[in-house]
Amino acid sequence: MSRKLKLLVYGVLLVCCVPFVFPTWWMATTSLKPVNEIFAFPPRLWPRDVTFDAYRQVFALQPFGQQYLNSLYIAVLVTVGTLVVSSLAGYAFARIPFRGSGVVFVVVLAGLLVPNEVTIIPLYRMFDGLGLVNTHWPLILIPVLGAPSVLATFIMRQFFITLPRELEEAGRVDGLGRFGLFWQVSLPLAKPAIGAVSIFTFLHSWNLFLEPIVFLSSKDKFTIPQALTQYVDAYGGALWNVQLAAATLSALPVLVIFVLAQRQFVEGLAQTGLKG
Amino acid sequence: MTLLASKPAPLVRPPERAPYWTMRRRDELAGWLMVAPQLVGIVAFVIVPLGLVVWYSLHEWNVLAGTFDFVGGANFEQLASDPRLGPALRATGLFSVGLVVLNLSLALFLAVLLNQKLRGTVVFRTLFFSPVVVTLVAWTIVWGFLLQDNGGINGFLDLIGLDGPNWLRGESTAMISVIVVQLFKGVGLNMVLFLAALQGVPAELYEAARIDGASAWARFRRVTVPLISPTILLTSILTVVGSLQVFAQIAVLTQGGPGTSTTVLVYYLYQQAFQFHHFGYGATISLLLFVIVLALTVLQWRMRRKWVFHES
Repeated sequence: MSRKLKLLVYGVLLVCCVPFVFPTWWMATTSLKPVNEIFAFPPRLWPRDVTFDAYRQVFALQPFGQQYLNSLYIAVLVTVGTLVVSSLAGYAFARIPFRGSGVVFVVVLAGLLVPNEVTIIPLYRMFDGLGLVNTHWPLILIPVLGAPSVLATFIMRQFFITLPRELEEAGRVDGLGRFGLFWQVSLPLAKPAIGAVSIFTFLHSWNLFLEPIVFLSSKDKFTIPQALTQYVDAYGGALWNVQLAAATLSALPVLVIFVLAQRQFVEGLAQTGLKG
Repeated sequence: MTLLASKPAPLVRPPERAPYWTMRRRDELAGWLMVAPQLVGIVAFVIVPLGLVVWYSLHEWNVLAGTFDFVGGANFEQLASDPRLGPALRATGLFSVGLVVLNLSLALFLAVLLNQKLRGTVVFRTLFFSPVVVTLVAWTIVWGFLLQDNGGINGFLDLIGLDGPNWLRGESTAMISVIVVQLFKGVGLNMVLFLAALQGVPAELYEAARIDGASAWARFRRVTVPLISPTILLTSILTVVGSLQVFAQIAVLTQGGPGTSTTVLVYYLYQQAFQFHHFGYGATISLLLFVIVLALTVLQWRMRRKWVFHES
């Protein structure tokens, strides 16, 4: 590649970066600006007077700490639950020749075609009938057992299919049963797939918006996405600096973890048989 | 795909009853036990609700009045003549087509750039991927803030002497804004998948094409695209289905407005069911959404025979 072309590619990449990076930067810096500065003209990339007032209000106006914990524990439970369900099912579909596996697989895959948005009304009625509206159960059970876990099962299956048969045959010789083979031979090798599924699932739960606003009504039960939209003044206008402070608190930890572990993140994703 | 035990069968069978729990039977049981949670979940949380959606759609259901009356196809007739259906379908189509086309082309463009042997591409890859891990509503809120009439974007446009519109309040600019917000949020994911696919294209194929005197564009068209076509199919299916599910972005940025210009089908369904409490009518809209998802997925799956290239 010639020098000129190299420079051109770098230039294009740099320009392309702006819409990806700038919003996050703007979110974090605006949350540190005093109210009279957030709409200042010309726009400032760095606050003139740094203030943490917005962050004080985040916790003063709503039980934001509680809401943060809600989001966190739900996302962790959903991730663990999905890993259990999808690794078992993905393994069985990939490695066990049981009668009816083809039919069951098609039934499960049908879950991919039925987004939760389609079934939200009956799901609401079902949980309402069980007295579980305004609890966290629907936010945990629907992702783990319903349509969202199907993609995880699919990723797991794609991975388990690639494992060489000799490994399990050796395990058989050592006297391992079916669960032994799964637990001691195949699962330890599935780290990339487990990583990718965990990331996907955690983010999906962390971002969930329709389900919480349908199922939850009391502020101490809210999860972060719903809480973010509640920072408004008496007229329903957004308290921008408070919203952005809360948004920063919700986004930065995940972002930092991602940057630290980005190798596993991106490469795990690329290796998971999502190559078509 | 049968996994038979590799122990050779003994030549002389000892004269005893074969145990009931043969390897095959055990596998049978293990297989069913392992898929049981997923299967039960799909039945309870997907198939039963889907049946209920059909059932509800045949009823006039007023939650507030507590009535639930069988009305047959009345909901469907009402939907067919609903003056808001056309705009909702139009908004859904605009959003989906706009997002999918822009997302796939930008993802492929960035992946090709990052696939050049250049230093520092990992840094760019991280930056492009970073919005994927930013909380969805947080990302939406900051764009909502930037797109205000006196917000950051118009501020910067002003600096270079341009007068920006009130993005989220204009009929045509609102839809464009929502698409762009979603584009930058999710394009990194497809970019990474394309990058993985590109790295799997054997270098000797490019060499051969180069020796044959193919231009860069011809190499891209004739070598790269066919070889990564399975990934293109997969990302397009995922992106299309994802685009039909978009809800949070609309709810936070425009609430379906201005007018009904960004009221996509999911948002209209939400309004009917959870704002106006028309569960029967909402279920009818759900069914329509399901049919659209199904039709588009089947269509793409059919098309794969046409243009997805498989190494045989």
